[in-house]
Amino acid sequence: MGEYLNFHYDVDGENFVSAGQASVELKKTLRRLGLPPETIRRLSIAMYEGEINMVIHAGGGEADVDIYEDKIVIVLKDHGPGIADIALAMQEGYSTATEGVRSLGFGAGMGLPNMKRYTDEMQIDSTVGEGTTVTMTVYLS
Amino acid sequence: MKISTIKELLDADVLCGVESLEKEVHSACGSDMMSDVLAYVKDQAVLLTGLVNSQVIRTAEMMDMVCVVFVRSKRPTLEMIEIAEESGIVILATKKRMYEACGTLFVNGLNNTKD
Repeated sequence: MGEYLNFHYDVDGENFVSAGQASVELKKTLRRLGLPPETIRRLSIAMYEGEINMVIHAGGGEADVDIYEDKIVIVLKDHGPGIADIALAMQEGYSTATEGVRSLGFGAGMGLPNMKRYTDEMQIDSTVGEGTTVTMTVYLS
Repeated sequence: MKISTIKELLDADVLCGVESLEKEVHSACGSDMMSDVLAYVKDQAVLLTGLVNSQVIRTAEMMDMVCVVFVRSKRPTLEMIEIAEESGIVILATKKRMYEACGTLFVNGLNNTKD
């Protein structure tokens, strides 16, 4: 597997205003590492959507980013309500977000599809009542 | 199109980033739904929105956007302006409504919206 760097972020689920802080930190880190701008943007958007999801659906969670020589893996873990029908949740436009969340500019049903769009691989493991883990991989060419 | 041209066309106020007004933008996106904005990646883009919260600036930051235009006389908070300044994002504010603002930029040449 080789050597890798790990960055851990706690995502505060109480504060929508500060949501996105982990994504900002990750973006700065990826810039420092000198990754291509397009790769940084893809990872930043995927992380940001995931972070927003954890805040609005799960009361927060945690993110681990592992940076290998040939790939970057983001693991987002929460202890929220879980996703009952993952295929349905992946459909563009489907959302369980409240009107309050929509008024804040999210809940358009694009979060998970966007995360899949901007990464090379995405896996969702979810158990209703226990939580959700989303694993996203971007390969470095 | 230069950001300074956008400012003139929309009769907009510059709320931060005055030093970056000569930057070029090549595409634009108008929306109040940030997830829709995040589905749309273009280089050197400007975001037009009537939504006011800090996630608007975060979204622009994640997308590497260079300018955010608040329409319908909406004004961002001080915190939003501070985040934009840190990220080098220009913030403009116009009295024009979304439809008119987008249309004005489109017919004046900011129409590189094809995928």
